[in-house]
Amino acid sequence: MQPCRRHALHKRLRLRAPANICEVRSPKSLGEALDVIARSPNDWRPLAGGTDVMVVFAAGKLKDHRFLDLWCLNELRGIREEDGYFMIGALTTHSELQQHIVLRSALPLLAAAAAEIGGVANQNRGTIGGNIMNASPAADLPPALLVCEAEVEFTSVRGSRWVPYSSLHIGYRQTLCAPDELLTRVRLPRLNSHMRTYYRKVGARRAQAISKVSLAAAVDDARQDVRIAFGSVALFPVRCYRTEETIQRGEDPARSLETELAPITDMRSTATYRMHVARNLLAAFLKNEA
Amino acid sequence: MPKTLLQLQVNGVEKSVEAWPMQRLLDVLREELQLTGAKEGCGEGECGACSVLMDGKLVNSCLVPAYQARGARITTIEGLAANDVLHPVQQAFIETGGTQCGFCTPGMVLAVTNLLQQNPNPSETEIRTAIAGNLCRCTGYMGIVNAALQAARSAQEATLESAS
Amino acid sequence: MLRKDGRAKVTGAALFVDDLQAPQMLYGATVRSKVARGRIVKINFDAGIPWNEFTVVTATDIPGSNCIALIIDDQPCLADAQVNHPEEPILLLAHHDRYLLAEALRSVQVEIEPLPVVFTLKEALEAKTVIWGEDNVFKRIVIEKGDVNTAWKHADFIVEETYSTGAQEQLYIETNGMLAAVSAEGSVTVWGSMQCPYYVHKALTKLLGLSADQVRVIQTETGGGFGGKEEYPSMLAAHAALLAWKSGKPVKMIYDRAEDMACTTKRHPAQIHHRTAVTRDGKLLGMEINLTIDGGAYATLSGVVLSRAAIHAAGTYNCPNVRINGVAVATNAVPHGAFRGFGAPQAFFALERHMEKIAAVVGLPSDELRRRNFLHKGDLTATGQKIHEDVDLSGLLDHALARAGYHQKRALFCRENSEQGLRRGIGFSAFFHGAGFTGSGERYLASIAGVEATSEGRIRILTSGVEMGQGTNTSLAQIVAETLHVPLDFVQVAEPDTMQVPNSGPTVASRTCMVIGKLLERAATDLRQTLVGSGLLRGDSLNDFRSACAAYIQSHGELKTYAQYKAPPEIFWNDETHCGDAYSTFAWSVHVTEVSVDPVTCEVRVENFVAAQEVGRVIHPIMAAGQIEGGVVQGIGFALSEEVVWANGRMENSQMTNYIIPTALDVPKIEVIFLENPYPHGPMGAKGIGELPIDGPAPALVNAIENALGISVNTIPATPEILMAAMEAAYAENAFAIAS
Repeated sequence: MQPCRRHALHKRLRLRAPANICEVRSPKSLGEALDVIARSPNDWRPLAGGTDVMVVFAAGKLKDHRFLDLWCLNELRGIREEDGYFMIGALTTHSELQQHIVLRSALPLLAAAAAEIGGVANQNRGTIGGNIMNASPAADLPPALLVCEAEVEFTSVRGSRWVPYSSLHIGYRQTLCAPDELLTRVRLPRLNSHMRTYYRKVGARRAQAISKVSLAAAVDDARQDVRIAFGSVALFPVRCYRTEETIQRGEDPARSLETELAPITDMRSTATYRMHVARNLLAAFLKNEA
Repeated sequence: MPKTLLQLQVNGVEKSVEAWPMQRLLDVLREELQLTGAKEGCGEGECGACSVLMDGKLVNSCLVPAYQARGARITTIEGLAANDVLHPVQQAFIETGGTQCGFCTPGMVLAVTNLLQQNPNPSETEIRTAIAGNLCRCTGYMGIVNAALQAARSAQEATLESAS
Repeated sequence: MLRKDGRAKVTGAALFVDDLQAPQMLYGATVRSKVARGRIVKINFDAGIPWNEFTVVTATDIPGSNCIALIIDDQPCLADAQVNHPEEPILLLAHHDRYLLAEALRSVQVEIEPLPVVFTLKEALEAKTVIWGEDNVFKRIVIEKGDVNTAWKHADFIVEETYSTGAQEQLYIETNGMLAAVSAEGSVTVWGSMQCPYYVHKALTKLLGLSADQVRVIQTETGGGFGGKEEYPSMLAAHAALLAWKSGKPVKMIYDRAEDMACTTKRHPAQIHHRTAVTRDGKLLGMEINLTIDGGAYATLSGVVLSRAAIHAAGTYNCPNVRINGVAVATNAVPHGAFRGFGAPQAFFALERHMEKIAAVVGLPSDELRRRNFLHKGDLTATGQKIHEDVDLSGLLDHALARAGYHQKRALFCRENSEQGLRRGIGFSAFFHGAGFTGSGERYLASIAGVEATSEGRIRILTSGVEMGQGTNTSLAQIVAETLHVPLDFVQVAEPDTMQVPNSGPTVASRTCMVIGKLLERAATDLRQTLVGSGLLRGDSLNDFRSACAAYIQSHGELKTYAQYKAPPEIFWNDETHCGDAYSTFAWSVHVTEVSVDPVTCEVRVENFVAAQEVGRVIHPIMAAGQIEGGVVQGIGFALSEEVVWANGRMENSQMTNYIIPTALDVPKIEVIFLENPYPHGPMGAKGIGELPIDGPAPALVNAIENALGISVNTIPATPEILMAAMEAAYAENAFAIAS
């Protein structure tokens, strides 16, 4: 596995974004939105709550000047239970994920992850769809999505398809979303109530922090259903299948983990620290220390 | 690109503003509406100095494109006091040392107000969690936490008073 | 007693510089060097920008001298032939359209031929490459007491260690900003965020070649300063003024956060080496301290920071033989400057960590070691200053330790800390902070402050000491109100406008309440005396006072009194030898803090913090506590998370996302204990307080971490990465020791 590219912020950030040359299109329905991007794929940047896009835009680092405003599409909102799955609309905010009582108790991992994102203001506007499609390796929801074996729905004028979240990433900040598709829903099965779950994000401070390492995990009593997912220690959030097998066999997972993760040294932390903490988090989880 | 006319409600009053769709709500408030209470501290949603209430929820206005604010109900710090009577949270901030240089204050006051609207009797941890997205460099947060506790107490007392 | 500016601040009515507009206003921006050091070869203006619409200013446009006048005057306003640090300003642009301005900024290319650079203290001292003066040294200071050479042979132990502290960004939530306008007659007015209107005033008169009355500087509501707006605003004001000068229009320049972080001053990084001779009873016999601070490319205030660091380096202890060697060096980093504490936080990190090491070597409890060495009345400090006041450091220490439950917790943690689970620790630091300018500094400043009465008996305070959150406008008013026996709301502080207020010196060095407050106390007393002397003051009531003012002003036109600084009689200071009475008084403090460290991640949680201090007398309890609480939290950041990541002299993590200051969830409740011991030369007995609280947290925290983890960390910020590496190293050593 290739180590991540180092972020090099040599250019000064310019915080006056070119709003004067930007166009925003606000479709009244999902159908209209899909038509727009079908006609000119790659031309429109989808815009949900803006907590990622607006930061990059303000820094003058966004090439896009045409934005497809999804915020009014209420059909992309809502949390429902259908056939044993939680169906979550792409525009569901991180606050809403935490406030939904049933979801919170059935999938505590997801609420725990949502609570780690920024602060209240960012949680009120940031969305599950945005967190997924921004595709940062350090995103906070994905490790929980991996452990919960989430699937994401991509919709276009050609129809919709479900894709396991675990297959979503095809490279650093690259997903297999087609240019004419939008992420519309996320579905997660209920987790077996015998599973013990764990979510921990390690950041530089207790709020408003980008993750240095994050671990979502779930295990059943027999240690046969083992799910381990890490964030911020590879090109994208990863489920560590080989390590899971090691744990199932009752062996020490440390060596295996080293082969599945590729942490980097950047402005925020070091590769050594990240690897060490990843090993420690996993060990702590297995020892039943939350 | 020409500016477009956007309708939004600000502090209870319907407003029509000319703005570029991707202009930040922060700039619309400060420049088009001359409501300079919301401040720019970082421009990237980290410090909360720009926070306002949008449809009853705390948001960082530096991250809200103007176009998404159309039809929204916005409350800025200027809209909190009723005529000359300070909101209990504002009064508490003055009394407990919750404001020093004043730059984080508008966002901070709104964050505390929003918390108390949803949770009238918060614990200290709940207060700190609610203001975790609002950075202050002057107070060490003590005066602010005390302001929130005091405002919660006085609201409770007022409720008890009016009940009796 | 509510703070006077509270209402404006909580309603959003308080106006900061970016809230102001002027008719026909232009926005200004700065073209800066991308290279750390080099010769400017050519400046290219790309096609596609209507340059004729822009105001462009280079060094050649400067009417007076191309420098930002401060102390050594080595820093140019705009680079001319050569640049000496990344982000050095080269050229200024102004336009009314901010979007076009941003585009234009990207369209100026400056060709620079790189020159050899110096980035480390070692390189600077070796001086193989000389980047400043003859030898890269801004200043050297030597402080001697007794003869340290005699101490070594009598020592039972000699304890040696090196400590280092990193740069720290002030991170006021309001960035730097200025608005400048030039009148038809060629006089300049500047409004902006600043701590020292008269520093800006002096800089502009020299830069523009104007007389004092042709420059007017007005401080706007300032959203935090902490030293970061002590000297830097002169640079920004100079830039805005030059653009206004050339364009004939008002110009506003507001730094966005990235520019502010990357381009303005930081706390001086420091490396401090301690070598200490001590007896087996824990008595300090000799202290040799070498401190080196990194000033960046230009001197700014490095000499003065060095001075304060050196004077505080031996701390609150009575040691008969001391030698302190201090040197401030130049590197090609963005110039460092003032930040609350001003050298003392660096000095105390080293000293209070070192005392911990000494205690371990000698085999004494940390607190006992301190007690055996604390200064008392009659003792001499390292500069030979006799302590005239009844200072009871042992009492302060005992009080703080008791409140924090120090001894019980130490014992408890010793029993309960194990390999698994959170490790808990508790640590403390003891320190002081000299209030006011060093030695002859206040004499040199010769500050003036005044009060003026209206015919209704309302009082205006006239001072250039400014409000920046610390509560000046309220505490100064309190002092005057109490002196004149008038209600607080009768007293207002006049807008800090150099055309209206005298030069009371800068708002720095914890001097405002103590020095300026004292001047105002005297001026107010004189005002009252003037009324008494005129026979117009019939009685003691408020009405009597008001009638007297009315009558006096009727016959004299105005009622205004000024007071000028007079040094307390017993202060003698020799700047050459750095010997004598460094400060007119010290405030004393002990910090005790409890941490828990999670061995899984080495994250440190500050569980408790007790800050005990003797500051003479507390004028306004809530505002005083606010100063302590705010300073402690800045100290926590300095100790644990505020790391500046350098790349070739430039701050790489110049975003709030990546430069980590504490949020409300990162700090505990802070317990503040004030002990009073009125200072006779302070207004109402007050001493300076603003910087004291930032001097103590770092060593107290790292001492607590050592107690928790059993590892010694001598560099801050003590990030989890550093702690994890230190734990690893300790285990490896242990494993080796067990194996062999």
